[in-house]
Amino acid sequence: MSELKEVRFSAESKDLIQNLIKRYPEGKQKSVLIPALHIAQAEYDGWLSVPVMDKIAEILNIKPIEVYEVASFYSMFNLNPVGKCLIEVCRTSSCWLRGANDVVAHIEKRLGIKDGETTPDGKFTIKTVECLGSCGTAPMLQIGEQFFENLTLEKVDELINKYKTESKYSSYLDGTTFRKN
Amino acid sequence: MGRKILLEHIDVPGINTYEVYRSKGGYASVEKALKTMSPQEVVEEVKKSGLRGRGGAGFPTGMKWSFLAKPEGVPSYLVCNADESEPGTFKDRYLMEHLPHLLVEGMITSSYALGANTSYIYIRGEYFYLVRILEKAIAEAYANGWLGKNILGTNYSLDLYVHPGAGAYICGEETALLESLEGKRGNPRIKPPFPAIAGLYGCPTVVNNVETIAAVVPIINMTGDEYAKIGIGRSAGTKLISASGHIKKPGVYEIEMGITVEDFIYSDEYCGGILNDKKLKAVVAGGSSVPILPADLILTTANGEKRLMSYESLADGGFATGTMLGSGGFIVMDESTSIVQNLHTFARFYHHESCGQCSPCREGTGWMEKIIHKILKGHGTLEDIDLLWDIQRKIEGNTICPLGDAAAWPVASAIRHFRQEFEDFVKNPSAQREVKYYFHCNNIDTAAAYSSL
Repeated sequence: MSELKEVRFSAESKDLIQNLIKRYPEGKQKSVLIPALHIAQAEYDGWLSVPVMDKIAEILNIKPIEVYEVASFYSMFNLNPVGKCLIEVCRTSSCWLRGANDVVAHIEKRLGIKDGETTPDGKFTIKTVECLGSCGTAPMLQIGEQFFENLTLEKVDELINKYKTESKYSSYLDGTTFRKN
Repeated sequence: MGRKILLEHIDVPGINTYEVYRSKGGYASVEKALKTMSPQEVVEEVKKSGLRGRGGAGFPTGMKWSFLAKPEGVPSYLVCNADESEPGTFKDRYLMEHLPHLLVEGMITSSYALGANTSYIYIRGEYFYLVRILEKAIAEAYANGWLGKNILGTNYSLDLYVHPGAGAYICGEETALLESLEGKRGNPRIKPPFPAIAGLYGCPTVVNNVETIAAVVPIINMTGDEYAKIGIGRSAGTKLISASGHIKKPGVYEIEMGITVEDFIYSDEYCGGILNDKKLKAVVAGGSSVPILPADLILTTANGEKRLMSYESLADGGFATGTMLGSGGFIVMDESTSIVQNLHTFARFYHHESCGQCSPCREGTGWMEKIIHKILKGHGTLEDIDLLWDIQRKIEGNTICPLGDAAAWPVASAIRHFRQEFEDFVKNPSAQREVKYYFHCNNIDTAAAYSSL
């Protein structure tokens, strides 16, 4: 069994969550669950371990199972470790029509991993995803909150080179995404 | 040039900022509504306008609003559905990115009409960069007195918040969206009760699409009667169309409903024709869920009339020869496209996105994906095509929410109009592999057609 480590969110994450709780009626703090999981995932290297989810349950005063069932439902929550740079490539119709399969194949070849895998150095994970609403600028991929569109294989190479040197997890949000109420 | 209403000022530099938006007449609808109209009068204007839900269903917005229950002492909510995830649709993203204040303004005017003092914009998690943009616009609206307590010195107060999802197509279904907003899995609820009676936290709630909410702004400014004159018949107003696929100019276009499909595809004002001047093969006119139509049927109805971009004309002929306007996700395919391969991406999508609550959808979407994959791999039989048909029929109408129908219709229409292609894959798979059923856009000029198969 893996050792349970103690989870301590940063003051920033705690403040963010408390700020969001105020947006919902009293007693409805469970509404913050999805945003809170995003915040937790951003702080803990892009994935949600059981201790992290338990801590969220404690903060929102709900049962751990209520967190697990939500975390396992939504595709943006990772229940296993991912690379610092999670490359999400859209491959639904419009992107497929404009060459998404080539983009996926190229990234797989460049990184030497298959869809869903992480490079041994922990830098990259590639994940194929369903429509990201970028059909008019296909093919596209998403890294963190950023969309990279009208891709060419050269652009993909540039991105891989750029993110190779990133040491921090590329998250969907940071402390400035939400305004202070 | 076609008439632009929502996107009238889209090209004005800085229109995403409060100052520029305001200088172009922004927030006039809030002033007009709060200072000169009762909430009921605002609802009446929207009824008169003939506005229909722009998310896909096309239900009359004013009527939806009038269903809202108003019990004493219970809050009501307006929730904006910004969970845009219908494949082929990216208009809401475009609107929120470039005109965030139009949505904020629409939310204030609409919330006033519905008597809501707290409203939420539920946005898909993948659009986190838009959360940032909307949060900034909302902060500007608060700072300038359009949100908060006693707006414009009236008794009306409103708080507006953005709420991100986390990647689930099903949360675009309004009751699943409300479940998600309550911090739960996005499992659609059984209706009735409808959200207008018991929605968010069990309170009366209206859920409207981004474009619908935005359209309330010009309706209040110009009056419902004037808005109803735009467009054609029961398809009043303008519609944002997300155009993608094999066209020269993909993008979001605002059209006055009633222009011809042919004009939309071929004129330089819109799609600009088929890329590399190839021939048109098929179109998915309203997002992945609606029936795919071959070139002849999308350009003209079965009666030989020119098909128009409107709710009624696109639906002309029912599902036998027609389709739906849906969300306006207009996906164009040229002559080189394999309908079966494209269908595989849709089938995989619906399998991935089924919430798993209803057996026909949970199991059926998986079987459809597997069978199409089998056919593509060259292991299919003619019976498999009939089996596919059988499965989609058993999903349609047998699920709590419309995701089941949405998964069934693309399969049904692909077989209905392109059965020969399925049979070609079955009868001579090796020949199919040699056909260059693949499109190389200007961006990508390498690699193999079957890399993911």
